[in-house]
Amino acid sequence: MPDYDKKLGAYLCSGCGIGDRLNVSQMETTAKRDGKAAIVKTHEFLCSKAGVEMIRKDIDAGDVNHVIIGACSHRSKVEAFRFDRAAISRANLREGCIWIRPYTDEAQQTTQEMGDDLIRMACAESRYINIPEPSGEQELNKTLLVVGGGMTGMTTALESAKAGYRVELVEKAAALGGWMAQLHKCIPHRMPYANPVATNIDATIAAVNAHANITLHLSASVAKTEGAPGRFKIEIATEYGTSTTVEVGAIVQASGYNMFDPNNVPAMNHAKSADIVTNMELEALAKAAGDGPIKRPSDGREVSSVIFVQNVGQASEAKGHLPYHSGIGDLIAIKQALYFKTQNRGCETTILFNHLRTPGAAGEDFYCSGQNYEVTFRKGIASEVFPGSSLEVQFRDMILDEDTSQTADLVVLDVGMVPNSGPDPYALPLVADKEKGAAPVFEVTLDSILNLEYRQGTDLPHLKHGFTDSHFICFPYETRRSGIYAAGPVRRPMDIHQAMEDATGAAMKAIQALENAGKGRSAHPRSGDLSYPLFRKEGCTRCKRCTVECPFAAIDEDEKGYPQFNESRCRRCGICMGACPVRVISFDNYSVDSIGQQIKNVDMPDEFDEKPRILVLACENDAYPALDMAAQNGIEYSPFARVIPVRCLGSVNTVWITDALNSGYDGIILMGCSKGDDYQCHFVKGSEMAYQRMSQIADTLQILSLDAERVVTYEVAITDIHRAPRLINAMAETIEKIGMSPFKF
Amino acid sequence: MSLNNAMLEKYRNNFLQEVAGNVEQGDWVKMCMQCGVCAGSCPLGDAWEHSPQKIFMMIRANRREQVLSSDSMWMCTSCYHCVVRCPRGLPIPHIMHGLASYAKRLGLAPKSNPTLWFAEVFWNNMLKKGRVNELKLGLSLYFKDGFASGIKQAMAHQKLGINMLKAKRMAPMDMFAGHAIKDIFGLHKMIRKAQEIEAAKLEANSK
Repeated sequence: MPDYDKKLGAYLCSGCGIGDRLNVSQMETTAKRDGKAAIVKTHEFLCSKAGVEMIRKDIDAGDVNHVIIGACSHRSKVEAFRFDRAAISRANLREGCIWIRPYTDEAQQTTQEMGDDLIRMACAESRYINIPEPSGEQELNKTLLVVGGGMTGMTTALESAKAGYRVELVEKAAALGGWMAQLHKCIPHRMPYANPVATNIDATIAAVNAHANITLHLSASVAKTEGAPGRFKIEIATEYGTSTTVEVGAIVQASGYNMFDPNNVPAMNHAKSADIVTNMELEALAKAAGDGPIKRPSDGREVSSVIFVQNVGQASEAKGHLPYHSGIGDLIAIKQALYFKTQNRGCETTILFNHLRTPGAAGEDFYCSGQNYEVTFRKGIASEVFPGSSLEVQFRDMILDEDTSQTADLVVLDVGMVPNSGPDPYALPLVADKEKGAAPVFEVTLDSILNLEYRQGTDLPHLKHGFTDSHFICFPYETRRSGIYAAGPVRRPMDIHQAMEDATGAAMKAIQALENAGKGRSAHPRSGDLSYPLFRKEGCTRCKRCTVECPFAAIDEDEKGYPQFNESRCRRCGICMGACPVRVISFDNYSVDSIGQQIKNVDMPDEFDEKPRILVLACENDAYPALDMAAQNGIEYSPFARVIPVRCLGSVNTVWITDALNSGYDGIILMGCSKGDDYQCHFVKGSEMAYQRMSQIADTLQILSLDAERVVTYEVAITDIHRAPRLINAMAETIEKIGMSPFKF
Repeated sequence: MSLNNAMLEKYRNNFLQEVAGNVEQGDWVKMCMQCGVCAGSCPLGDAWEHSPQKIFMMIRANRREQVLSSDSMWMCTSCYHCVVRCPRGLPIPHIMHGLASYAKRLGLAPKSNPTLWFAEVFWNNMLKKGRVNELKLGLSLYFKDGFASGIKQAMAHQKLGINMLKAKRMAPMDMFAGHAIKDIFGLHKMIRKAQEIEAAKLEANSK
């Protein structure tokens, strides 16, 4: 903890109507007397150049190092009120007070009380935080590790290399190219989207080979990964038994996918005939044919009729099938049908589709092109393929509503993509269930890809179906391991061009991560935050809650079982702080005290004042901006609410709840993001954990003989601008019904 | 060899190509994407054996006999709902009429279909004088199912007939010869020529 004298300066703004609605001189007195601010100043336009200059002068003169801004929301004017070498606290007088209250004489008193409390809270926060400083453990390492030498991995490597960063590219196979090198041609990606185009993979491979910034490791895999962003230590082992160690700043995992095994759908009889091939196997046949006619594998005869069976074992709940659809199978079928239309004269080509999906720019035009070439598109679901010299496909025609069959020389099965993401660290052991017949819906690779030496498992956590977990809306490339980014089909099924876009995005993110790590700054979503978890070892009971519950595996354990924080793996969410039962974890600018003191410094009217107090702990990512937007829309809520933004609902320590109830609050509302499979929590698990912890608060309430309705937890989305104020008002009504808290003094 | 057999011989298994080559706007059939919007939009959809969507699917599935003998194309009233809504812009009524005409030529159109019968009566009526003789056309409709029902129909519409006479919307003298257009022989010649060209085209196509 930094050792210095805290010099508090409170700066109030009387602009934006604050001066008209609130008694600013009274708030000045509050800041001085209750808030203990040495310097208190008011400006009629605080975020203006003159206003900011006034603050900066005091800082530069050494009179102030803790700044309290009494103006607009924490989320407004962030740039204007950013001062280096100073701790900043904000009192949200605009969105958090005047804009959510009516401009009437009756409302005046309660609004003023609200404003005074906000000043007290901000001053209390300021007294209990420190100026965050980097720990000095940072390293800047401008090298990236890219795992996977397919199109995604190569694109990541090239983009990073072009940006001036060194790349260590690890590929399991003996050559670059991945699945794409096996393709005859690609789906067109430029106008007129009419014909399959050359893959040009050789040019990409050549570019990777030629780039001075890229070091290749072929026939190699990652044997060990330890460290953190900025200082990863990677052991690369080759097939020949040699191994090298490299140090990198960030990692991009582009380990791609495997093809679904069609033998999981026995009716397709893939193993019983050489002429029943998967879409990937057909690429090899087409490649062998060059521009000439494609021949049957069984007898080498030119194919004169072909049937494409779509969605083999996809989007199906049946055992051994894929529960999702890979999305691009129908475009692949159109592309391959055109191989036959252009290379096998007069070939009858039928695509048995169910829901023809042709996503992307090429989609509709390419479909029309297939129709122009007289590819027969038949909406039909195949039930069985019969092997023989002429293959028979039995199917149900969904338009003519009848069971029928058709024969062909060759049958092509559209099989989906299975992510190659490594074992999920949080999955239940897969092997044990196998014998009991309770095998998972399908199997993912069990071989580790990254071999992380982390407390929480060897690989990136999955979301579902083996795809890596990320905040799908806001941070698609980020994974749950800081500094490690997933790109390409390991993240979700996608085509080449989406994968290349992904690769570029992930490269940029990885570069950002290693640069941030070098400066000791947090990655998203608290990008730029210099604070990091501090830990008081003497008080630690080695309960391991923090090491287990950190969604990002930032915390390891030392040999004695004490937590070992890896600051650059940390996202600064504070979930460990919320978890700690002995409250030994804190951040310079966010701690059990910095919030706890805000709670305690609210002026608590006595029981007979009929002025309840409602504590609202709102997630700063979604719930707090929702309340801000409600204010901007002039939606009013109860003047008895005292809203405190928290980094994540998962950072809420239950001691805050107990303290608040003990000090006389009548109701407590926790607002976090949605949880579960479709979570929106910016820290993935925070909201879920908060719910779990709050479910145990009922006992505390019982001990205090308080009604359970006094503490509620909600999932609030950023769009809930009408609902969030309603929830506050509902609590005010509840308190009116059940009465004031008996714990007032 | 009949035209039908000649076509069968020529196209063998590929009815889609036969339609593309011989039916007016028939080359559009392959562009149908089977969304079913036409089937859902057709106000007479319930009355048909096959919706346009099904007809197009049957063409691709080589259901030649079934398509050409279907009554569906004869039921189209050209309301154009389907054309307006078709996301692929297929000229569906044109294709339907083209199919009907093609089926008629091959002698495969459904027998005793009332729309087909009416179309023939209308055509012959018009061709005689170069314009439609409404009185005769109306009467032939009344007497379609025999003398007794014809009288009954006529009696039922008595009042309407008298009103039309009074309003000079019906010419009673049309009962006899009726009036013709100026150059009726010229028209006959034109039509004959057009029919010859069309027949020759089909004949050539069938080889």
